[in-house]
Amino acid sequence: MGGNRLQFRDPARAAAMAEMLEHLVQEIGRDSVSVMHVCGSHEQAIARFGLRAIFPRKLEVIMGPGCPVCVTDMPEVDEAVALAEAGVRIATYGDMLRVPGTARSLADAQAAGAKIDVVYSVAQAAQLAANLDEELVFFASGFETTAVATAALLLSAPPANFSILSAHKYIPPVMEIVAEMPQTRVEGFLAAGHAATITGCAIFERFVERHGIPVVVAGFEPLDILAGLAKLLELIRDRRAEVANMYPRCVRREGNRRAQEVLWKVFRPVGGRWRGIAHVPNGNLRLRDEWSRFDARRRFKIDVSRLWDYAPPSLAQSCICGDIMAGIASPSACPLFSKECVPDNPVGACMVSSEGTCRIWHQYGGQLDLRQS
Amino acid sequence: MCLGVPGKVVSIDGMLATVDFFGIRRNVRLDIVDEPVEPGDYVMNHVGFAICRIPPAEVEETIALYEQLLAAVSKEDLLAADIRGEIVAAGDKKNE
Amino acid sequence: MSASRIAADAKVMLKHGAGGRAMRELIQQVFVGDAKAPADGGIGLAAMDDGAALRVGDEWLVMTTDSYVVKPPFFPGGDIGRLAVSGTVNDLSMMGATEIAALTCAVIIEEGFPRADLERIKASISAACAEAGTAIVTGDTKVMGRGEIDGIVLNTAGVAFTRRVVPDCGLRLGDQIIVTGTIGDHGLAVMALRHSLELEGELFSDVAPLNGLIRRALEAGGDGVVAMKDPTRGGLASALHEMAEKSRVGIVLQASRIPVNPGVQATGELLGIDPMHAANEGKAVLGVRPDAAASVLAALRSHPLGRQAEIVGSCVAQRPGFVILDTGFGLRLLAEPEGELLPRIC
Repeated sequence: MGGNRLQFRDPARAAAMAEMLEHLVQEIGRDSVSVMHVCGSHEQAIARFGLRAIFPRKLEVIMGPGCPVCVTDMPEVDEAVALAEAGVRIATYGDMLRVPGTARSLADAQAAGAKIDVVYSVAQAAQLAANLDEELVFFASGFETTAVATAALLLSAPPANFSILSAHKYIPPVMEIVAEMPQTRVEGFLAAGHAATITGCAIFERFVERHGIPVVVAGFEPLDILAGLAKLLELIRDRRAEVANMYPRCVRREGNRRAQEVLWKVFRPVGGRWRGIAHVPNGNLRLRDEWSRFDARRRFKIDVSRLWDYAPPSLAQSCICGDIMAGIASPSACPLFSKECVPDNPVGACMVSSEGTCRIWHQYGGQLDLRQS
Repeated sequence: MCLGVPGKVVSIDGMLATVDFFGIRRNVRLDIVDEPVEPGDYVMNHVGFAICRIPPAEVEETIALYEQLLAAVSKEDLLAADIRGEIVAAGDKKNE
Repeated sequence: MSASRIAADAKVMLKHGAGGRAMRELIQQVFVGDAKAPADGGIGLAAMDDGAALRVGDEWLVMTTDSYVVKPPFFPGGDIGRLAVSGTVNDLSMMGATEIAALTCAVIIEEGFPRADLERIKASISAACAEAGTAIVTGDTKVMGRGEIDGIVLNTAGVAFTRRVVPDCGLRLGDQIIVTGTIGDHGLAVMALRHSLELEGELFSDVAPLNGLIRRALEAGGDGVVAMKDPTRGGLASALHEMAEKSRVGIVLQASRIPVNPGVQATGELLGIDPMHAANEGKAVLGVRPDAAASVLAALRSHPLGRQAEIVGSCVAQRPGFVILDTGFGLRLLAEPEGELLPRIC
């Protein structure tokens, strides 16, 4: 498998695929073609391997609202911070630690003495709880791929002192919203391979019918991404509004039925606000009533109003994270980018999450297009 | 949002698999994988849970897919033809 | 700025110890201030180099000090004792001083710390000193109440003499960048333990005193070795950034040439951490003039601690102060890690 994995990182094949992308863009024959991906890990991989340096100039690959941390709205972070400051022990994935709420982040709370554990897995959090005398709340962030893990954990008899504060999100509804935005220039979507592993790619069939644009499910190795884009361009060229699965090693049309059962047994989709995108119908995942005994929102009285003693930062009003996540603006268009807003001192969550567009642009020097010439 | 890493199952104990990632081993839970998993199988790991079993023929299947793509798109492109030949040749080799 | 952000800045945060920009700013603002350089072209606080250099006759007296707070104190490949000796020996070596005159060692111990652990640490210290050809000549011992300090903290200081000081800012266009071996070993090994990630396998700290290795490199390369740094906290990325910034050159790295242990690579993938951001405690980065590169490389490889040394990049005129990585697919800018490294889920 080691050798197999490296095959998907073969520079020679990658170069051929880049040629192919150039070829396809020429065949489409316009000055620019815009596609969107909705997965922070796709952006991470693109940046890590320097792929933007080999995309055709006329191809615009926009990062959409694919960062679950970025789109976690301030009130949700406030809930975790309020609990932490009330003395409740919180376990969280590393990404969420530094996301700013209305007033503070979990990291700020930790610096002031709150008990915060960074974990790699929800299972690790439950194990931690089993060895503690006090309550442990798991701040559950991430999209459906991650929500399945949380659900599975709840179904396996977690300790009584363990509860979930769910900030999980569900991606397909937001693709609808982006596709329906009047300013949108997106002609095709690259869908997240691991989310589709769970949900299957059939869920995109109605989407492509309704919006007349193709969706290609792609994996995360460099060749996967390049091949996914090539397929997308091919479909755009031929005006075929279809779903194509370019990640057959993990994704099937019907997806992982067992994971889906587990997910919907525990969670239900509710409308909610995503940071910068306003209301997303069915975009948030909350625990079903049957699981209320593990729901931190029911177990604790969470008082976020004390966090609102601080006036909302005026800087936040200049933050254009919403436009960035919708693919309408790029970080360089933001007056705060890399100046007042840096990973150490983030104004919007796009700068905090390792997969946020602004963070990645800042991390990689604010410009990712380093062509050889 | 999808940091998934493939690994090889070394041993299984109930719902818990010991998975090898290039010499580093970690326990991965099998609660949500939707087919039987055995030692020797490859699984995709996300936050300590296997989200799918990766079929053994997956590399060949995907490389074939890429080859198809290259062939369909650039019939007259000589450079692609060279690379296509390389890919076909590479597909014949069995990698570990 | 919001009230909360002002409050955060008024407190020292974990990021201020992480080895990156935040730490440099804190040191600059609080400690360096308007410190003046020593007389006779010496290197002092303002240079924020690995150590200080003071003229004594026709030689340089090189001094350095470091405190060690690593958690957990025992890890695969070493412990806090070995780290305390290696770190200080290596700082002196990075300045070109490989004959260590002497080390000091102060310990602050939490009440209740097991005596057996303390003796184990002392044994490591002695062994590391023997490897480095030096000894602890004086020290200090303090005990604090339970909970007033976490386990044990060590501080070591070292002094050495050298005829030639190698700064970390001497790079010029065309100079070659050499790393003495695999990258990211220590940082990822310790992180896996600290976050109880329950990873088993080939993850070892590389902690080791490097003065013997560096001595060989300097003998082979002489004045051709123009910059040196050990990539500790903040990893190779931070070290190269500092060197590029101070020297006002750009650095281009070839990703395929950077040696990384497969286990470290795998752990990095699992946790979403770049090995180039993870600490190294038994490696050095050298900037070498092109005509000396081959002989320095050969000299490094002739030593047990340098067998996997590689030329990984070179200095360019473009984008001074930045480090560019050629990934094999395309180019990207290599950023420094900001703050503490944390595993990510995505």
